[in-house]
Amino acid sequence: MAGAAVLGRLTTGWRVAEVVDAVDETPRVRTLVLAADGWPGHRAGQHLDVRLTAPDGYQAQRSYSVASPPGEPPAITVERLEDGEVSPFLVDEVRAGDRIEIRGPIGGWFVWEPALGGPLLLVAGGSGVVPLMAMARLRAAAGSDVPARLLYSSRSWEDVIYREELGAVADGPAGLEVVHTLTRAQPDGWTGYARRVDEALLREVAWPAESGAQAFVCGPTAFVEAVASGLVALGYPSERVKTERFGATG
Amino acid sequence: MSFFTRGFEGRRRDDAPEGRLPPGQYLTGGFPVLSAGPTPHTPLEEWTFTVEGGAETVRWTWDELRALPSETPTVDIHCVTRWSKLDTVWEGVSVDTLLDAVEHDASYVLAFCDGGYTTNLPLEDVTGGKAWIAYGYDGEPLDPEHGGPARLLVPHLYFWKSAKWVRGLRLLDDDEPGFWESNGYHLRGDPWREQRYWGD
Repeated sequence: MAGAAVLGRLTTGWRVAEVVDAVDETPRVRTLVLAADGWPGHRAGQHLDVRLTAPDGYQAQRSYSVASPPGEPPAITVERLEDGEVSPFLVDEVRAGDRIEIRGPIGGWFVWEPALGGPLLLVAGGSGVVPLMAMARLRAAAGSDVPARLLYSSRSWEDVIYREELGAVADGPAGLEVVHTLTRAQPDGWTGYARRVDEALLREVAWPAESGAQAFVCGPTAFVEAVASGLVALGYPSERVKTERFGATG
Repeated sequence: MSFFTRGFEGRRRDDAPEGRLPPGQYLTGGFPVLSAGPTPHTPLEEWTFTVEGGAETVRWTWDELRALPSETPTVDIHCVTRWSKLDTVWEGVSVDTLLDAVEHDASYVLAFCDGGYTTNLPLEDVTGGKAWIAYGYDGEPLDPEHGGPARLLVPHLYFWKSAKWVRGLRLLDDDEPGFWESNGYHLRGDPWREQRYWGD
């Protein structure tokens, strides 16, 4: 995975973005759809930086994965971290018409496009589903028939982000296969997985290593660590396991 | 400052000592992890550290590296994802000590790692007591998640330059972008100049 990429587009500076829509995804998670003049477009899996400025000039910056597919206005999906400075504001306070500043898109490694082929394995822990959803949405919008499977670990059914849309993109013969696991609480009659993702669960759900699958893994550090080492144990070469981790960001 | 976001006040403005927090950063008490792929696990008996590209290639085994004089720098670290952590305590060998063993006239180095990760640095950023091959953190062996058995430590640059799972340095005449530097991140990465991305 040594970097031989051609140096691409420079990251442009801060631009003002208007929040055009705010959608509650779960009690703790909200999507903000942004309109920004001159947004250069993004690839599925990239992120953008958000900068908030207080009236006295104090500023705070954070990075968020872009949830919308390429070709659509940038949208971010934010999970409220209880002791955070920025995420509670974005989840609880911001409303349509507010303006924030954004920068990006950023990152050229954790990206997927249909031409990369497959099979595609997406493994999400909690709000780690966001950049993977951009990939799933791109796959659907492009009419790609690359075999694709999403293994998505959530605490409970109520915590599943994009729940209805994931049901919809799973429809049809070329639909994304979605496998949920609910680690803390399960609805009555739940017949799906109810345990943490580990090597044994990956053995049941992941494409076999011989398929040449490309895996994208995103979630909290411990989750990513367990999934990435599990896939390596199943024979996935390291360079076919791309990871993105959410550390302690607020 | 004319632009502001309605309703945003912010609240972490007083928790960093004066002059310790670069622009756009915030303090964390934790130690977040950022990496691009699975954590490699190389057994210590197979582990070596190599400096190549000089008059001759020089290689140390794990035991040989550990036998070199070590230092315990206390430094502030700054991740491009915006967290900073103050007064972190490390143990390791100064890069000066390793390069003293090699005859060369290089101007740049490319650090290379298990897992294929690389990062590029001007020689002057890893010499003069500014960089270490660190194998201890907070009095303990460095955890694999955080780059163990050994990582490069270059605390005055964004922390992606402190390459985890480092296995050697390649001495170069010209700068050559490493992994993140080929994927949108700045060639040098000085946090005090906010050199985060291409074009900064």
